[in-house]
Amino acid sequence: MSHHIVETAALQYTYPDGTAGLKGVSLRISHGESVALVGENGAGKSTLLLHLNGYLTPTAGQVRIGDYALTPDTLTAVRRSVGMVFQNPDDQLFMPTVFDDVAFGPLNLGLSGQEVERRVAQVLETVGAGHLSKRPPYKLSQGEKRSVAIATVLAMSPDILVMDEPTSNLDPLSRRRLIELLKTFKHTKIIATHDLDMALDLCERTIVLHQGRITADGLTEKLFQDEALLRGSCLEKPLRMQQCPVCAPRKKHPVRE
Amino acid sequence: MNKLSAQFLDIGYSDTLAGGNSFLHRLDPRAKLIATLAFIVTVVSFDKYAVSGLIPFCVFPITLIALGGLPAGYLLKKVLLVSPFAILVAVFNPLIDRQVLVRFGSLAISGGWVSFISIFLRFVLTVTAALVLIALTGFNQVCLAMAKFGMPRPFVVQLLFFFRYLFVLSEEAQRMLRARQLRSFDRRAMQWGTFVSLAGHLLVRTLDRAERIYLAMCSRGFDGRIRILRRMKIGLPETVFVLGWVLVFVFMRFYNVPSHLGALITGRLS
Amino acid sequence: MHMADALISPAVGATMWAATAGLIAYSAHKVQEVLNDRIVPLMGVLGAFIFAAQMINFSIPATGSSGHLGGGMILSILLGPYAAFLVMASVLTVQALFFADGGLLALGCNIFNLGFFPCFIAYPLIFRRITGTAPAPSRLGVAAILAAIVSLQLGAFGVVLETVFSGISELPFRTFVLLMQPIHLAIGIVEGLVTAAVVAFVWRARPEIVNAAGAFQPMVKVNIKKVLFGLLLVAVITGGALSWFASSHPDGLEWAMLKTSGKEELESATRVHAALSSIQAQTAFLPDYAFKQDAMRPGMAETVPVEDQPADKPAWPAVAPGTSVSGLVGGAVTLALALFIGIALKRPKVEV
Repeated sequence: MSHHIVETAALQYTYPDGTAGLKGVSLRISHGESVALVGENGAGKSTLLLHLNGYLTPTAGQVRIGDYALTPDTLTAVRRSVGMVFQNPDDQLFMPTVFDDVAFGPLNLGLSGQEVERRVAQVLETVGAGHLSKRPPYKLSQGEKRSVAIATVLAMSPDILVMDEPTSNLDPLSRRRLIELLKTFKHTKIIATHDLDMALDLCERTIVLHQGRITADGLTEKLFQDEALLRGSCLEKPLRMQQCPVCAPRKKHPVRE
Repeated sequence: MNKLSAQFLDIGYSDTLAGGNSFLHRLDPRAKLIATLAFIVTVVSFDKYAVSGLIPFCVFPITLIALGGLPAGYLLKKVLLVSPFAILVAVFNPLIDRQVLVRFGSLAISGGWVSFISIFLRFVLTVTAALVLIALTGFNQVCLAMAKFGMPRPFVVQLLFFFRYLFVLSEEAQRMLRARQLRSFDRRAMQWGTFVSLAGHLLVRTLDRAERIYLAMCSRGFDGRIRILRRMKIGLPETVFVLGWVLVFVFMRFYNVPSHLGALITGRLS
Repeated sequence: MHMADALISPAVGATMWAATAGLIAYSAHKVQEVLNDRIVPLMGVLGAFIFAAQMINFSIPATGSSGHLGGGMILSILLGPYAAFLVMASVLTVQALFFADGGLLALGCNIFNLGFFPCFIAYPLIFRRITGTAPAPSRLGVAAILAAIVSLQLGAFGVVLETVFSGISELPFRTFVLLMQPIHLAIGIVEGLVTAAVVAFVWRARPEIVNAAGAFQPMVKVNIKKVLFGLLLVAVITGGALSWFASSHPDGLEWAMLKTSGKEELESATRVHAALSSIQAQTAFLPDYAFKQDAMRPGMAETVPVEDQPADKPAWPAVAPGTSVSGLVGGAVTLALALFIGIALKRPKVEV
C-alpha cells in the first residue's frame, strides 16, 4: 500500500447543460505529496476533485487511484482510500451528534462497536475536538465544524486527503490551527483553495487551473513569483510575498512631510 | 426579530435544555416516552365534564420540571402562547351547551363552561407533558426511542436528517428574509411574487444541498443504510419510573383526589 | 387546522394513530423498495425546507390577508406520494413536540389529515391525472390548485369528523362543517397557487433537479385500492374494538371503574336517561340535528339549550351543589399541593 498515486489522463467533463468543466486535464501526484490546486472561480477545481472519488464520471479520459483505474467496480475501494473534505462542513456533518457523524464511516466499513468507539475517540483527539463528542453539529463554531469534518474523513483512515477550500470562513486563529493540524498529516494531500498563503505553508507543489485546463504545474514558491501567470488566472501573489506596506521602501508614493 | 428566528431559537433552546444532567435526563428515553404517552392517554380518557379529576395530573409535569431543573416560567409561557385550535373550537361549548350543570349559591355554571374549562385543562396538561418530554430527552433521543419501539427505519432516519437541517435551512431562510426586510422599508407584508421567488430559490438551494450531502455520505461508504451506535438500557430506575407513574395515573384516574380532599375539608368546616 | 389532544377521545386518537402508523409502515416499506439511496438526505432537507417555508407569511393579492405554504402537495410533486407522506409526518411530529401544535395523541389525526389526503388521494387521483408526464405550465397550475383544494377540503372534513366523534367539543356537525369547509376552500386555493408557482419557478430555473427528484416521471403505481382497503381494515378493527369499550359506555375507563367499585350505578342510570331524553328533545325541537344521533355517542346529545328540555328532568350529570363546592375546594388544595411538591423538589436551573 505504498503507491498512493493519483493520476488523471486527458480528463474531460461536460456538465449536462453543456458547460465544459474540464477540457483535458492530465496530472500525476505521487505518494506523500502535498499539492495545491489553484485557479479562478469556475476554473474547474471542484469539478476535478469530484472526479477523484468517482462522484462524477468523466466524459472522456481516465482517473487512476493507486492500483485501480476508477470504474464502477472499484468505486468502493477508491472511496475508502480517498477521503474528501467538502467546502461546507454543514453538508458533511449530517448526523445528530458529532460522535454519530464520525462513527458513520467506520460503521459503514463494518467495524465492531468497540473498534468504532476507539477510532472515533482517537480521531477526535487528533483534531482537538474530543470534548465535542456529544454535541449536535449545529451548535459548533465554524472552526470546530471544520475540525470535526476532517475527523469524519480521518476515521475512515484514507491514504489520500482531498480538501475543498479548507480555510474558507475561518477566523485567523482557527485558520492557523487548521494549517498546523494539516502539517502533521502524512497523507497525500490535494487542496483546492484561493488561500495562497496557506498553499505556501502546506504545499510544495502547486497546479494552476484556468478554464478547465492546467496552465502551470510546479514548485509553489516558483509559481507564485510569476506575476503574469497569476494575473492570467485571476490570482495574485500571496500577501506574504507582496511588498510590505509598512517596512518596505516605497518609491512611487513618497512619504509626505 | 421575525417569527422564523424566534421559532428556531426556541427549538435550539429546548434542545439545550435536553443537554441537562439530572437523573431524569439520564433515564433511558424509552421510559420517558412511555410514561408521557400513558399520561396523555389517561388525561384524555376523562369524561368531557371532568375538571376536578384532571387537576391532580399536574403533579406529573410539575414533578418532572422540578426534578429536571427545567425553567417552569419558560415552559408555561410557551404553553399559553401557542394559539390553539383546541381553544378556538372549545369556545363554542359555552355558547351551545347552556344547560346548568353546577350551582354555587346563586351562581349557575353551564355545562358548556365546565367542558370548556375541561378542554383547557386537557390542553395545558397534554401540551406541557410533550414539551417536558422533549426538554428532558432531546429530539434525537426521542426518535431513537421510537426506532427501538419499531418505528420504520426510513421514517426515523428522515426525522433525524430533518431535525439536523432544520437549523441550517432556517438560517438560510433568515438571511434571505433579512435581506428582503432591509430593502423593503415599510412594506411589511411580503408580496406574493417575492414569496414565490424567495421560496423557489430556497428550494433550489435545498435540492442542491441534498445532492452535496448525498455526495458526502457516499464518500464515507453509505450503502443505503444509516447506522447509529447507541446503547440503550432499561434498568431498575427506568422500570421504577414507568411503573411508579403508571400506578399514580391509574390511582388518580379512578380516585378523585380533589373531591375527597374537598369533602374532607368542607366537612370539617361545617 | 391542527387537531389537538384536548379535543379528542382516546378511541378516536388510537384509531387514527393505528391508521397513520399503518401508512407510515407501508410508505417506509415502499420507499425502501422502490427508490434510490439519494432520497434519504433529500427527504430530510425537504422536510426542513417545508418547515422553514411555512414560517414565512406572504400577503394574498386582493384580500389583505396573509397565507403560508402548506407543503403536502409540493412534497408529493417532488418526492412522490410515499416519501412525501413520511416527510409530512416528520414535519408534523416536530411541530407537535416543539410547538405544541396538536399534541402527541392527536398527531395520528394530524398526519392523516394533512398527509394522507394530499399524498394518497389528491396527488395520484387529481394532480397526476391532469399533468401527465410532460405538463404545460397552465396544466400544472390547474392541477396544483384542484389537488390542493381537494386535499384541504378532505383534511378539514377529517378534522370535523374526528372532533365530532370524540364528543369533547359541543359544536354540532353541521355548524362545524359550515365553519371549516369554506375557510379551507380559500386556504386550498392559495396553497394550490403557491405550490404551482414555486414548482414552476424551480422547474424553469433548474429543470434537471426537478426531474432528478422524480417529479413527472412515469409514476410509481400507487395502489389506492390496497391502501384504502388496509386502512379500512385497521379502522374497523381498532375503532370497533375501542368503541365497544369506549363508546357503547359513555366512557370506557369510567365504566370499568363503575364495574369494579359498583357504587355509582345510579349516576350511570341517570346518564342514559338524560341522554335519551335529550335525544327526544332534539328530535322534537331541532329536527335538523336529528341525523347526528346515530353517528355519535349519547354523550354528545346535550347540545340542546336548557329551555328546550323539560324542566323537571334531571340534568346530566346531576351534580349536587355540595359536591361541586367540595370539588372546587379540593381542586384548589390539590393544585397547591402539586405546586408545593414542585417547589420542594426544585433543582437549580440548568445553566445554558
